[in-house]
Amino acid sequence: MIARTLELITFLLTHEPYRSLIYLLCICGFVAANAAYLVWVERKGAGRFQRRPGPTESGPWGLLQPPADGIKLLSKQVMAPPGSDKILFWAAPLMVIAPPLVCLAAIPFGDTILARNINIGLLLVFSFGSINVMALMLGGWASRNKFAIISSARVVSQNVAYEIPMLLVVITMIMVTGTMNLQEVIIQQAGGFWNWNILRGIWDFSGGGWGHIGGNLLAPITFLIFYTCMLAETNRAPFDMAEAESELVAGAFTEYGGMGFGVFFMAEYANIVVGCALATLLFLGGWQSPIGTLPASWGIIGTLVGVGFFFAKMYFLIFSVVWIRWTFPRTQFYGLLNLSWKILIPISLFTLLLTSVLLKLPRLF
Amino acid sequence: MNVPTLIPVGDPANETFTINLGPQHPATHGVLRVKLEMDGEFITNAQPVPGYIHRMHEKMGENRSWAQFLPNTSRIDYLSALTYTHAFVGAVEKAAKIEVPLRAEYIRVITSELNRISSHLVGWGAWVMDLGGFTPILYAFDDREKILDLLEAVTGSRLTYCYYRFGGVCDDVDETFIKGAAAFVPYMRERMKMYKKLVTGNIIFRKRVEGIGPISAEMCRKYGACGPVLRGSGVNYDVRKAEPYSIYKDFDFDVPVYNECDSLARYLVRMDEIEQSLRIIEQGCAKIPEGPVMGKVPRVLKLPVGDTCFATECGRGRLLVRITSDGKEEPYRVRLRTPCFTNLSLFEEASQGMMLADAISLMASLDLVIPDIDR
Repeated sequence: MIARTLELITFLLTHEPYRSLIYLLCICGFVAANAAYLVWVERKGAGRFQRRPGPTESGPWGLLQPPADGIKLLSKQVMAPPGSDKILFWAAPLMVIAPPLVCLAAIPFGDTILARNINIGLLLVFSFGSINVMALMLGGWASRNKFAIISSARVVSQNVAYEIPMLLVVITMIMVTGTMNLQEVIIQQAGGFWNWNILRGIWDFSGGGWGHIGGNLLAPITFLIFYTCMLAETNRAPFDMAEAESELVAGAFTEYGGMGFGVFFMAEYANIVVGCALATLLFLGGWQSPIGTLPASWGIIGTLVGVGFFFAKMYFLIFSVVWIRWTFPRTQFYGLLNLSWKILIPISLFTLLLTSVLLKLPRLF
Repeated sequence: MNVPTLIPVGDPANETFTINLGPQHPATHGVLRVKLEMDGEFITNAQPVPGYIHRMHEKMGENRSWAQFLPNTSRIDYLSALTYTHAFVGAVEKAAKIEVPLRAEYIRVITSELNRISSHLVGWGAWVMDLGGFTPILYAFDDREKILDLLEAVTGSRLTYCYYRFGGVCDDVDETFIKGAAAFVPYMRERMKMYKKLVTGNIIFRKRVEGIGPISAEMCRKYGACGPVLRGSGVNYDVRKAEPYSIYKDFDFDVPVYNECDSLARYLVRMDEIEQSLRIIEQGCAKIPEGPVMGKVPRVLKLPVGDTCFATECGRGRLLVRITSDGKEEPYRVRLRTPCFTNLSLFEEASQGMMLADAISLMASLDLVIPDIDR
């Protein structure tokens, strides 16, 4: 019986239409579970940062809080403000949740756990990643609410300002790795934490022996820029100008109630997951072990250990996002643009220049 | 189906729109409404519309006896209730020439200063919350809780204290309170170090307050601004030093003054004031004498005909109580000149041309308590 089941699973996972279907379902489940339980982590974490216990009432340690919240949101009346553009108003939440689902299809969680091995995975993630800006803008604009419209205007200029340094940083990484295939990017970083892109850029040991100078001397700074831009892209504190509840009530979401709001909320966490997963695989070696390489003979166990490493790194970054939110006040809107145009873009341009020179220089060391 | 009314197309370059900041808005901390005329993110005109929580305290003063008005005074600025009660009690004592025993004066000073710290803590936390940092307000409330516990033990209430009486205070304090207040001083000094690390030194916070919302000394004079707003504009005026009441002249403390005129200056004034209040509490706890806590007060209080003014320095500035007596048991008129009302009045001029986020920072730096504006 067990043998039959395993055989069936193996068959399903190796034959194309079934395999894709299973992976896509898993991704939907992954996003839903993450959105629900990252809210719990956020609330529990915020509680601990603020010297209070956080949710405790529903279930042990408040673990049933996310389903309770979900049921509450679902039971609320679905309502659009009078005079709003109904189609755009309801299209916005759908447009904001779809891109992270697509992006996750290209992200490798383990050496074989990957929905689609796409040669231009990085390009796909970034092109879909920018859609949520448009969705937020549409949502705010269709709400016919002045606070929401101010928020929409902020979202647009904020995201334009942040896409640029982020893409410059990513171009630098593409130049160093020489590929846009996310799985290959991870495979290049095998062999220990010193081979991860964040350190390999400084000194590259992959050639054996004492190694040589890496392609991107400023790799740790590149990582910080990427992380900062990721925070701004996902509208997280301290860059949550779009939501800014003490200024704009709830910004673009002011008029959304019930599950309309719930979907925006889920999408925020889904975007954080995508952003942190990307940071993990571009800079922190993805599913690679921090010490040595996972032996190929471990088979499925090795894969699962790899997935464990990936999640450990990714959730550490996600926890940092929560940590930052509950520590810092919000930046000013123009302060954010100044940071982007006057600091991040020059630094990332310089990094790009440095990398291109270093890559073309003959290996002197 | 509700069809939206068509808005005629204006001149797009000069078009402005109005938004209502309040009466229900997270940043106004109560029912203050500010009508903002906006040009994009910039404020072209901000018109505060108070009156949503007007309770006619001054009128209520005219139809009850002097003592019966006492609880009202603690409900005006509910965050520094004791200093408000002090002003009214002081005015009546001045008019009726009631002697207050020394121990009662010491108790008044210690409790008032504790109240000032708790008021500044709320102001501090709410300010950072307005700027988007949620954690500090809960730290502030944690420390404020310690003050509230101390004050609850002697006054019986936690927010709207009615503890001072004409001629003294209603109950003597015990040794536990004095020890507790003395122990609070070093505790709070440690916490202030943490606050400075967490908020004062934070680069995002500095950027949001440094150079934001300049209020010149001229503007303060024009609108009659007072308290930390005035001292943040480089004017050394504190009622406790300028017209010392109670026994403040026996205490050694400084008046923090900053010349920068921006929100940061007002912030630093408040932070330094907490430390000065701690100094006063420390001295008060060390020097408090034994003795009675109530002076001789006539059973039926009738004040001589005439006007009496009495000012105190409360958390948000100078509170002036002017009482007019026509010789009856009830006041003829009770006039309260509250600090938040005058501090709000300069908002319209000070916020001209500011961005919305900065205007919120400016409003938070005024540390408004809405019932104090409307009373």
